[in-house]
Amino acid sequence: MTQQQSVHSSGRLAGRWSPYIVGIGIGVLSWVVFVVVAAPLGITTSIGQIAGGVVSPIVGADTVAANAYWRTNAMKLDYGTLFLIGTFFGALASALVSRTFKFESIPSVWQERFGSSKTRRFIVAFIGGALAMYGARMAGGCTSGNGISQSLQLAVVGWTFLAVMFVSGMITAAIVYGGSRSTVSGEK
Amino acid sequence: MFPIKGEGALLLAIVFGFVFGWLLQRGKVTNYNVIVNQFRLKDFTVLKVMFPAIIVGGIGVLALTNMELAKWHVRDANMLGTIIGAAIFGIGMVLYGYCPGTGIAAIGTGSIHALVGAAGMIFGAILYAFSFEWVRANILSVGKLGKVTLPQIMHIPAWTLYGALIVIAIALFVWVEKRGR
Repeated sequence: MTQQQSVHSSGRLAGRWSPYIVGIGIGVLSWVVFVVVAAPLGITTSIGQIAGGVVSPIVGADTVAANAYWRTNAMKLDYGTLFLIGTFFGALASALVSRTFKFESIPSVWQERFGSSKTRRFIVAFIGGALAMYGARMAGGCTSGNGISQSLQLAVVGWTFLAVMFVSGMITAAIVYGGSRSTVSGEK
Repeated sequence: MFPIKGEGALLLAIVFGFVFGWLLQRGKVTNYNVIVNQFRLKDFTVLKVMFPAIIVGGIGVLALTNMELAKWHVRDANMLGTIIGAAIFGIGMVLYGYCPGTGIAAIGTGSIHALVGAAGMIFGAILYAFSFEWVRANILSVGKLGKVTLPQIMHIPAWTLYGALIVIAIALFVWVEKRGR
């Protein structure tokens, strides 16, 4: 556990709040959004909409307008998109206020396993982001929309998503990081 | 008075998003190592955030709907799409090191690779849009259960399930904290 502790006491984790308190905070935020705007927390619907706007100059606005997905998920500066922008600025402000803002291209856990090639990290991050987004759209939501907003309502879709996502993630992590045995140097 | 729609809601969207991003950053789930180490069972921060969010959020929303101050927003359970989608999502989340929400927040903390992965997310969304008609016809159409909840299919009251979740969460976190994870 010495490795763990050194990771936790490093600069990027300064200003940390108890994760339980943060979770309770997100739960209370859910009460507020359910009552005040009747719009549960969610992220990927808006990213899907933005993608239509991004690809429009390449494939043409007609192609986007005719697409069955974007027809009902057109890009617009709506509630979800502004929530996304708010999420970015909230994290930015928190990082600046707690003096933990730091440019990072290669996280330490990745570096210990795969070395310091930025290209390698960026390619895998890109593929990972693409898979996460594709899967989230097929499942109808991500960790926020399904994992929290649906699960807190005890919806079947939310708990199915959480269970399958965790098993899939653990198998992936075991393959990528070489099983449950630690590859982190210095750890038992 | 509620729910607020229109321009007022747009302003609130930024405020609520800001609070969400702030909380994610303070919980350190904007950190690649924290996310990946959850899936390696070395650091339970992700579950320490999610379980209280689900339990506190759920009990509050249940009470608010009973008082008719809020409505349920249960989505359709398209089981095949949810299972395949979640499986793909789990692979993606470990490779990216973030989920979509924490990825967007991580960009705000200075993570360049989170920004690269966000470009990947846009790419993934484009692929989904272009395959959507096939997915809808062949995957989303299989195992449609409708807007079902666990209390409905298990015939157990919601309060009992929340109670069980509290017990499970406390047992899990006592175990986890003893091991310093």
